Amino acid sequence: MADASSKPVARPQRPLSPHLQIYTPLINMVMSILHRLTGAALYFGTLLLAWWLIAAATGPAYFDYVSSWFSPWYGQAVLIGYTWALFHHMLGGVRHFIWDLGYGYDLRTVDQLSWGSGALSLIITGLIWLGVAFARGGF
Amino acid sequence: MVQLTLPKNSKVKEGKTWNRPVGDGSWKQVRVYRWTPDDGQNPRIDTYHIDQKQCGPMVLDALMKIKNEIDPTLTFRRSCREGICGSCAMNIDGTNTLACLKGLDDVDGAVKIYPLPHMEVIKDLVPDMTNFYAQHRSIEPWLKTDTATPPNEWKQSREDREKLDGLYECILCACCSASCPSYWWNSDRYLGPAILLQAYRWVIDSRDEATGERLDNLEDPFRLYRCHTIMNCAKACPKGLSPAKAIAELKKLMVERRV
Repeated sequence: MADASSKPVARPQRPLSPHLQIYTPLINMVMSILHRLTGAALYFGTLLLAWWLIAAATGPAYFDYVSSWFSPWYGQAVLIGYTWALFHHMLGGVRHFIWDLGYGYDLRTVDQLSWGSGALSLIITGLIWLGVAFARGGF
Repeated sequence: MVQLTLPKNSKVKEGKTWNRPVGDGSWKQVRVYRWTPDDGQNPRIDTYHIDQKQCGPMVLDALMKIKNEIDPTLTFRRSCREGICGSCAMNIDGTNTLACLKGLDDVDGAVKIYPLPHMEVIKDLVPDMTNFYAQHRSIEPWLKTDTATPPNEWKQSREDREKLDGLYECILCACCSASCPSYWWNSDRYLGPAILLQAYRWVIDSRDEATGERLDNLEDPFRLYRCHTIMNCAKACPKGLSPAKAIAELKKLMVERRV
């Protein structure tokens, strides 16, 4: 009666339905996530660049020391990753600029812009490091 | 807030298999998210088998066949079965859509069915839409005017009416909002694609006289600007609309009224 209907019923806590775990990784979503990740990586890469510039300003001994960190394969891997992050994030910025102006919203164009900027970032990174290898006179 | 994994009580376990294919037939496996408030268990995935020769072509037909013939406890929303009511919005084969518009043959292999993502589950495929509807209420989705009501209808030119095309068709099924990672992490403060498309629908209605007030209400780091143009919304919309484009137009209006 009155107290039966006014008594709060203990309700089990409702679950949250699955989201990232089950959603198809659409290229537009993947590129958005990578845009975030490369943006964060650029903070880290910029610190490395600053470190290298400070070393250059400090003197030959310290510069050689810092170079010894960048020269081995793992240092080179970080530099290649930084190059890719830079261009991926920059091209992602261009893609978002186009969208912010109100263009490129049909689904075909969305996918073309997403795949295109992703592929171009890899191509540019590859070309730059081929150039580096060429300037060094080999791999 | 961003939480990439599911809370402990939401982790999905393997459930039971209700039936096996028997005899001839075109058998399709259907795997459905189940949760009931009654037994204190975690959500689980139950498996059913449907003979497509004895079933309608759509995912909704399969769900109704399961409910009618195999497991009457299966719970889901449905009404019109022709893509105009928006009730049967759910996640099928990894993307949000309406079960009544998604063909069983459009899915390779097993048909995996979940409730709309990142929502509180009431039972099985039925999510709690309370917050979504409250957000729709918050944008005041009705004609707001100051001038005296005309003796007949509010007139609108053909061109002004055309501005509502691609917007008025929205059925508020929430497929788009529940596909948006930004909405997943911030649905307490971000309005999400469906509600923003609705907001734009009233902002550009030539008959509405509260445009400035409507834009003021959206001028907020979360309500509007949590949209990062991820574009999942436009891909999810079962009516082929583009909430992403509507949101971009809103953002443009915000800039235009300042310069």
